[in-house]
Amino acid sequence: MKRGLGLNAALVAGYAFLYVPVVLLVATSFNPSRLTTVLTGFSWRWYVALWANDKLIEAALLSLRIAVVSATAAAALGTLAGLALARFGRFAGRPVFAGLVAARLVLPDVLVGLSLLLLFVQMEDWFGWPDGRSALTITLAHISVSLAYVAVVIEARLADAGTELEQAAMDLGASPFAAFRLVTLPLLAPAVVSGWLLAFTLSLDDLVVATFVSGPGASTLPMVVFSALRLGVTPELNALATVILVVVSVALGGAWALQRRRA
Amino acid sequence: MNRFWVLVPVWAWLLLFVAAPVVIVAALSFSASVPGVPPYTPLLHNPDPANYAVLVADFYYGSAALQSFILALSASVLCLLIGYPMALAIARAPERWRSLLLLLVMLPFWTGFLLRVTAWIGLLRDGGWLDAALALVGAGPLHLLYTRWAMAIGVTYAYLPFMILPLYARLSKRDPALEEAAADLGAGPWTVFRTVVWPLSWPGVVAGLALVFIPAMGEYVIPELLGGPGAQTLGRALWNEFFANRDWPMAAALATALLAALLAPLLWSQRRAG
Repeated sequence: MKRGLGLNAALVAGYAFLYVPVVLLVATSFNPSRLTTVLTGFSWRWYVALWANDKLIEAALLSLRIAVVSATAAAALGTLAGLALARFGRFAGRPVFAGLVAARLVLPDVLVGLSLLLLFVQMEDWFGWPDGRSALTITLAHISVSLAYVAVVIEARLADAGTELEQAAMDLGASPFAAFRLVTLPLLAPAVVSGWLLAFTLSLDDLVVATFVSGPGASTLPMVVFSALRLGVTPELNALATVILVVVSVALGGAWALQRRRA
Repeated sequence: MNRFWVLVPVWAWLLLFVAAPVVIVAALSFSASVPGVPPYTPLLHNPDPANYAVLVADFYYGSAALQSFILALSASVLCLLIGYPMALAIARAPERWRSLLLLLVMLPFWTGFLLRVTAWIGLLRDGGWLDAALALVGAGPLHLLYTRWAMAIGVTYAYLPFMILPLYARLSKRDPALEEAAADLGAGPWTVFRTVVWPLSWPGVVAGLALVFIPAMGEYVIPELLGGPGAQTLGRALWNEFFANRDWPMAAALATALLAALLAPLLWSQRRAG
């Protein structure tokens, strides 16, 4: 089929667009020279420098802590929100509810960051809490962003699954809560896991919102990387990107293989 | 399940952390900047639209809005042109390959946003990979880094998955029987696409365009790193107003204006795609 060929060529070209920059980035991270396009050999030099960079490591640990806490809270709240969107029909205020979730999903980071910072400043002014800006305010901000993403993942999963199984459970005498616990929740588990992962990576990746709501002493990994980037790209940052890429590929590849074996 | 206990925490969270901050931003845009902590006159104490007058009168903000609009529009169109054939090809692939193909779309997305932008600096800069490749065939150098081309490429690259995923979600649900029926009735491949595939995928197109265009309008990082000093977009203007000039009310006025401008595409996409 001629058209199928054209489409597959477009797919390959698309993947090339996505991957060529990543491949070149990995290649440069092993280059001993600072002149990054001339590959003069193979060296671990930049990985050694990365390992010795305490500031980056400390920031990475802070980012991981914030990401775990915010992803867990966002997964819990987002699951409730997705459940409401998919299963509660036309409850009072649904358009506003859905609108608020969608707004948080698409509005530019600078708007989210500025508005949340002002909320924290005003709350401190009115109630004396939160006390200044810190890792805590970054975590709260990240929950508020990730929640919307989790809600969408959960809603899509529930919409796909339909309500027949829950109906059947209730026809067989299960209470609505038992039907939820025994049918809906297991059905949702994979979606909750992917929602959690999405929230985790969003938090790990966020620069703009974190910069707005952060205070002195709370510098996340993207904040440290960004200030280094403004001074110029170093091969050390390429090494960092390679490390992240390897860890993520192994984790995702493993998850995919597991899922395939089960299916 | 008691609905009440599901809805209360989520409503509370949404109202406090999504709705209230927007109201505060709008209120602050009518304050004035003063030295102190916090650096503005009390909210709604003496509302004054002076910030908006500056916004309208100063050519800088109008040109920033135009630059952002051109950037967001060109990136959305590029994402659609690259993403649609990819999403269609993935949707038509054998079922057992689809999840792997989608994973491959998402994988670069998980390497870190900043680091992906960094990769483009290495590609586009003078004497970078692209120039080196072009020199092999005797072409170039292009001087692409720190131009609006670099910005458009960077935004397209960063937001491409947001175009592919809603398109794929829509296209994978399509019924091949419809396309076969059209073909049996004598429609060529292009006519089948134009009259069957494209119209049925329209909600996915709208969702994808919204997911690229709306955030790209306020994009800060990519213009900052790839656009050079000449690239004064709305995101950068807002950032500088806040971090460099420490004029919080002015930043809030810009944010309110941007939000008001984005409300139209947001509502449109909600209605069409929802």
